[in-house]
Amino acid sequence: MGKPENVDPADWVERYGDYLFRYAMLRLRDRAASEDLVQETFLAALTGRDAFAGRSSEATWLVGILRHKIADHFRRHSREISFPDRDPRDPAEEAIFNASGHWASAPADWGTHPADLFRQKEFLAQLTECLSELSPNQANAFTLREIEGLGTGEICKVLHVTETNLWVILHRARMLLRRCLETRWLARETGKGS
Amino acid sequence: MLSCKDVTLLISRSMDASLPIGKRIGVRVHLLMCQLCARYKQHLLLIRNTVRHLMETADTPVGPYGMTLSEEARDRIRKSLRIP
Repeated sequence: MGKPENVDPADWVERYGDYLFRYAMLRLRDRAASEDLVQETFLAALTGRDAFAGRSSEATWLVGILRHKIADHFRRHSREISFPDRDPRDPAEEAIFNASGHWASAPADWGTHPADLFRQKEFLAQLTECLSELSPNQANAFTLREIEGLGTGEICKVLHVTETNLWVILHRARMLLRRCLETRWLARETGKGS
Repeated sequence: MLSCKDVTLLISRSMDASLPIGKRIGVRVHLLMCQLCARYKQHLLLIRNTVRHLMETADTPVGPYGMTLSEEARDRIRKSLRIP
């Protein structure tokens, strides 16, 4: 059986285009940028094709290239637009707790089968939308941590923030995401009624 | 005594690094008494696990959801790949 089957570069777009695009979209949430990175990935793959020894599958190899492109994109981009979320009093967070730090807007009961909440297709669409409602720093921190699975040290380098800062950014990202998902889900459930 | 606001920050931090022992105990005691914070933690962990699970299944060539390249991008990329 030996050599894994490889696809002719002419068929790459058909075979791997959407896959790589989704991979990029989930991480960048930007259609134009994602499409550009997919193109760059294929071009880099074309040039480096001879060096690819078939140690991994072709799909894995292409994703590996794309990952580097995404990391570069984050680095470039965070330098351009990064602004540390320094404001210690986040208005969105203020509404969640009262002055003495108790819940003002408490988390709702998600029921006995919370896993039902996240049927794959819908969850992904809602997660993407909820992420786009966060500040860029919050969304990027969450994505790098939970989707890319990077450690906090690495994320600090990419986003140019201190570790203490990152904890606050991630905390707010999670808090706002949780609430956004809850709102959307509850709205859907009650709207579904009858 | 930690407030709910303090505890939510510490819950999040505990998902990225281990807490100093004093804080860890403070959070544990608070969670025993505070149903809302316990629920909050449960929700955050559920979201994390769902995202992880999705990433395992979504990152396959046949993804479960319909985000696809636009026709225009597809054409552009195909053209750029034309080997000289």
